[in-house]
Amino acid sequence: MKKYCLLILSLMLVVSTRVAAQEESLLDLLGQDEETQVVRNAFKSTRVINGQSTEMLREGVLDFRILHRFGPVNSGAYNFFGLDQASMRLGLDYGIRDYLSIGLGRSTAKKELDAFLKYRIKPQTTGARSFPVSLVWVSGITRNGLEDPFPGTTYAPSQRFGYYHELIIGRKFSEGFSLQLAPLLIHRNLVENYLSPNDMYAISLGGRLKLSKRIAFTWDYAYALNRIPQGISFNPLSVGLDIETGGHVFQLHFSNATGMNERAYVTDDNGDWAKGGVRFGFNLSRVFQVLGKNP
Amino acid sequence: MSSTRFFLLLLLFGSYTLAAQQRYFTKSASIVFDADGPLDDVEKIHAKSTTASCVVDVATGQMEWAVPIQSFRFENSLMEEHFNENYLESAKFPKATFKGTIQHPESVKWTTDGSYPVQVKGKLTIHGVTNDISTNGNILIKGAQIQASAAMKVALEDFRIKIPSVVGFKIAKEASVQIQASLETLKSSNS
Repeated sequence: MKKYCLLILSLMLVVSTRVAAQEESLLDLLGQDEETQVVRNAFKSTRVINGQSTEMLREGVLDFRILHRFGPVNSGAYNFFGLDQASMRLGLDYGIRDYLSIGLGRSTAKKELDAFLKYRIKPQTTGARSFPVSLVWVSGITRNGLEDPFPGTTYAPSQRFGYYHELIIGRKFSEGFSLQLAPLLIHRNLVENYLSPNDMYAISLGGRLKLSKRIAFTWDYAYALNRIPQGISFNPLSVGLDIETGGHVFQLHFSNATGMNERAYVTDDNGDWAKGGVRFGFNLSRVFQVLGKNP
Repeated sequence: MSSTRFFLLLLLFGSYTLAAQQRYFTKSASIVFDADGPLDDVEKIHAKSTTASCVVDVATGQMEWAVPIQSFRFENSLMEEHFNENYLESAKFPKATFKGTIQHPESVKWTTDGSYPVQVKGKLTIHGVTNDISTNGNILIKGAQIQASAAMKVALEDFRIKIPSVVGFKIAKEASVQIQASLETLKSSNS
């Protein structure tokens, strides 16, 4: 009888220690209700280099953007390899909601004004309801502001305008690597010659490879499907470095494109990388929290 | 089996199930921290999370806390981004946790109204670094409501949170943290 009792006691001891071992984490008792989390910061800035990225401004944030593109490197030592010339775009972007931004900009080239609306259809998420990619829609309008934009022709005022639409499909694969693909449609009401299409279709590919916490290597390419004639003008390819210092993001890059809005960098004549027709340039972004959120 | 032995066994059973039952929890504790540096700046480094979870075991005095780093909200979005990206690295270390025990848990009468000062000792893990800490807190019991609160200082250096010298004067070396939780009875399914 005594033996039997001892057996039960030792058995109970084993059971109770097993239970204790199972309950190593008290928090496990709350069950696993994993939250859905938005994957943020696929890119440092709302632009990869020239093209829009999947990043959105947060609500109440104003982004002041100063973009510079210098002259072509192959213009030689006399022009200090392009640094003597500069073309710029000043812009203001604002986050109305975390998923909706608007922007306004003016470029030196063609005295062009541009405005856009950027809407995040669906963010990339992890956790309970995960979604593999970010889907962002951008629609914009541009206006050629030159006194006589098309010399020798008669044109209606509406023909100064151009429009663009794009769907960005992007994914942050890891902390260090992000990639995005964006089909683009650009419509120009008036084009330079009858060979140039009014509607241009392009696919852009942008990416980021983080080199350190604050420095990243970026690239941005757009392949125009109906660029005519082939060979005279080139598809825009840019490679650069993103450097983040507190409230600023500096994007330093080399690009064969001068244009700083979608209409300009895709449809304008771009230089030839093979012949050194590239330009040094930088984007400077400074963000301000205009409308505070109370934590 | 003799009746005494049987009684002893019963007692063992009884105490065991009782201990398993007496637990309190929350999933909406608030954690506020302040890391304003010596430089008098317009930008306040102040953040709040309201989704910290906690479980307290009354019998043993054991408690565990966890808070998702991404749940901290700042006044300034960029600050929030930097907090996650550069300082706390929330993608690598998504949660801050605390696992510890209330010293002298018997001093807290969980079913009697009153304010009970407690000392808690345990391991605090932030940014993947674990440190032993000890802090004072308070448990306030009023009717069915149980409010637990605590305040402490967390030295950023202890958790390998590096502050670049450029912003050295903006960010405090020690963040002051305040915790506030209202606890509910945990109905355990296995007891």
